[in-house]
Amino acid sequence: MNRLLPLAVTEAVSRKRGQTLVGPISLRLEGQGITVVIGPNGAGKTSLLSLLHGIARLSSGTVQWACPIEEARHAQAFVFQRPVMLRRSVLENAAYPLRIRGVAKAEARARAADWAEQVGLGALLERPATVLSGGEQQKLALIRALIIEPEVLFLDEPCASLDGRAMREIEEILLAARDRGTRLVMSTHDMGQARRLADEVLFLFRGRIHDSGPAGVFFDGPATPQARAFLRGDIVE
Amino acid sequence: MVDLWSGLSQAFWLMVTLDPELVEIALRSLRVTLSALVVASLIAFPLAAMLAVRRFRWRRTIIALLNALMGLPPVVVGLIVYVFLSRSGPLGVLGLLFTPTAMIIAQTIIIVPLIASIAHQSIRELWAEYHDLLISMNVTEWQKMHTLIWDSRRALLTAALAGFGRAIGEVGAIMIVGGNIDHATRVLTTAIALETGKGEFALALALGFVLIGLAVAVNLGIHWLGRTERGGRW
Ligand SMILES: Nc1ncnc2c1ncn2[C@@H]1O[C@H](COP(=O)(O)OP(=O)(O)OP(=O)(O)O)[C@@H](O)[C@H]1O
Ligand SMILES: [Mg+2]
Repeated sequence: MNRLLPLAVTEAVSRKRGQTLVGPISLRLEGQGITVVIGPNGAGKTSLLSLLHGIARLSSGTVQWACPIEEARHAQAFVFQRPVMLRRSVLENAAYPLRIRGVAKAEARARAADWAEQVGLGALLERPATVLSGGEQQKLALIRALIIEPEVLFLDEPCASLDGRAMREIEEILLAARDRGTRLVMSTHDMGQARRLADEVLFLFRGRIHDSGPAGVFFDGPATPQARAFLRGDIVE
Repeated sequence: MVDLWSGLSQAFWLMVTLDPELVEIALRSLRVTLSALVVASLIAFPLAAMLAVRRFRWRRTIIALLNALMGLPPVVVGLIVYVFLSRSGPLGVLGLLFTPTAMIIAQTIIIVPLIASIAHQSIRELWAEYHDLLISMNVTEWQKMHTLIWDSRRALLTAALAGFGRAIGEVGAIMIVGGNIDHATRVLTTAIALETGKGEFALALALGFVLIGLAVAVNLGIHWLGRTERGGRW
């Protein structure tokens, strides 16, 4: 089972130069499944995911994994809203996380090539990653995160610039990862995708979890007027 | 003008006949400077990477110092190295004064700040780009530095070239610590200084052209190395 969970977050706040980016947040992450984080631009989705992952400063409150922090950090991965490409070939980008974990070069490359094949990057292995299209870069960032078979995977709008078909392929891959036991936490602006993938929903508004619940309940009838408005596509105020 | 022409033709003849003395001097220049370049790069690249990724107390000071030391007067470096290596100096027992090793030490000291400063500029830019990703991947400090150095290798090559240019043309420091001894520590620049002093302008010019030719050849060679890599990989 997942060594990292449950994750207990209490009154966690992330601030930068006196300005609150997100929080205070209290939540518990456990079991299996996909948690989808939704909310308007600037609501704090990216900040929340970064805070949980440990790459944003925790200004106050606690974020407590079920295992020691170093172990927890090692078993997580994060897919950024804006993909960061190493100035290397596609293959070497995908193999990088394995290489830093000490996997031998040949094996790391073979596994990277496998993953690249799965997302349709098989023909681009020797290209510099920096010249890929936006969508291709997102796919590469995704397999680079999945290749270590993380126990918890954070994804910040992983399908933002993908076409419909690529999005479905990625969703298949995410669902497969979930079924293998990876706990996923992802943000998205695509409500169709949120409905397709979510087991649990967090609705962020002005830096706080304004509404939340199991996906079925939430999408059938959100408790708060803001979440209802957001789902209708109205302006939330 | 006459000197210039006779210098050119003399350089030409010295080269086509592979004048043994010229070859010896040119090879020594190349050996000393390339050795200094390798040592300096081995110090400067990790230093530059460390200054980019680590936040420690003296970081800003060291960066400022490196920038200031870029303009280090070679003669002064030579003098200081001389004092250290001279028989009564703290490293006198090593007996390095007036050897090529002393020249390598002096040149290394002169070009480390230059290479480190230029390298730091580009590594810092790359670090800004990679920061979030590498932090997220929880890589160790060493892995960070290694990744940054490897991925900015083309910019680092340029930094090394700048260092090479500065070292190969340097005369003040190596004159002092090397002594310009025939068949031992005479290199192109010190030979030029000597011949000029003797009034042998044509020979001095000939040596000068060889020096320029050498510098251009090394630059082209390294440039070509960088290109083949791009051609093969990208
Ligand atoms: N580094 C920063 N410095 C200052 N303010 C920041 C910083 N990063 C984010 N913010 C602010 O924090 C708030 C939350 O930002 P965040 O990126 O988490 O929003 P988001 O929900 O991910 O938005 P989007 O849907 O546009 O991606 C915003 O108001 C943003 O301007
Ligand atoms: Mg965001």
